[in-house]
Amino acid sequence: MTPIEMTAKGAGMISCNSCHMLCRPQPLKNNQKPFCPRCGAALHSRKKNSLSRCWALVIASSILMIPAQILPITITSALGHTQADTIVSGVIYFMHTGMWPIALVIFVASVFVPFSKLLILTLLMLSVQLRWRWRPRDRTLIYRVTEIVGRWSMVDVYVVTILVALVKLGAVATIDAGPGAAYFAGVVILTMFAAEKFDPRLIWDAMEDVNE
Amino acid sequence: MSALLACHECDLLTQLPPLPPRGAAYCPRCGSVLVRSKPNSIERSLALTLASLILFAVAISFPFLAMKTGGFEQQSNLVTGVWLLYAQDMTGMATVVFLTCLLFPLLQISTLLYILLPIYLKYRVPHAMQTFRFAIKLQPWCMMEVFMLGILVSLVKLAKLAEIVPGMSLWAFALLIITSAAQVTVLNPHEVWEALEVPNDSD
Repeated sequence: MTPIEMTAKGAGMISCNSCHMLCRPQPLKNNQKPFCPRCGAALHSRKKNSLSRCWALVIASSILMIPAQILPITITSALGHTQADTIVSGVIYFMHTGMWPIALVIFVASVFVPFSKLLILTLLMLSVQLRWRWRPRDRTLIYRVTEIVGRWSMVDVYVVTILVALVKLGAVATIDAGPGAAYFAGVVILTMFAAEKFDPRLIWDAMEDVNE
Repeated sequence: MSALLACHECDLLTQLPPLPPRGAAYCPRCGSVLVRSKPNSIERSLALTLASLILFAVAISFPFLAMKTGGFEQQSNLVTGVWLLYAQDMTGMATVVFLTCLLFPLLQISTLLYILLPIYLKYRVPHAMQTFRFAIKLQPWCMMEVFMLGILVSLVKLAKLAEIVPGMSLWAFALLIITSAAQVTVLNPHEVWEALEVPNDSD
């Protein structure tokens, strides 16, 4: 493998975001947008409006995070006794009853991952905007991990829906979904979109500027 | 085909050497995988996609879980479970579960069949490029394996309340997760793009 010390952008070429073919965009008539000759996707050297879209989604999900963590996600009623649980109180309940693995799964998926995802995306965007040159390789790696792990946060939403669907059927107790569950689903979906919008190549563009 | 490729993560141009079977090329600058050679990629993914289709049919047609309390037993399957959520006015959450665990996986399986089967039979179908682009975009939104983890957590949580009997569909669902994960691992998108491209040149 021979590295060529040049990026596709520097060489006036665009790597198709969809099929990864390296294209040399042809000069186009006014208002015509370049597209990939192989797969037909619109060509962008960097994802379009990557940072503003990512900021918007990160801010929106940070706002949704507040009701998601404060409002109850499940409301359990058994024998006239009603109990509302938030995500965190659910985790504490599992710890008290000695179900450590479940407590850990819920804590990691519903608290640790979404919060660190928002923090990491914020830091990555700041690092791009302030043109940091600090450890780009590690920042790319952390982005890749963030993007892959995010979807597992959905597990708590599924647990709530399964409990609601199943326990309604039995006569022992009923479980209702609290308002927090819908907000939390919103957080997970918006952060998944946010991670998709971020373009890791922006991290490396700051390195190019100094080389020139 | 030119062996020049730009890294998807950092945009560095790299001249690719011919890869040995099962070998992979990494970006010299950021370390991400550029291409991975996967033998019989099309045939294997096709086989696994067909297996997924059969398992999907089993997973939605048989009972998923049954709850036993006293003499009372209630079965529920995947589709009635989602329907029940709609009936309880949880429209938003029901939609999320319906899309990520039923519709998107089914779309993923059918679009892949639509792409892979014609490539295997050396036959050309319309809109293949758009369909494959759609299938790639859809992939992170198929969350069956996350749903499975949700089932396990719920089972532990409910174990004290009632006896839970796993149904036929649950096993099919578990196998479906394995076949679809294997399919993603085995498929080499570069090979599909190249296979789809050839007839275009003669246009």
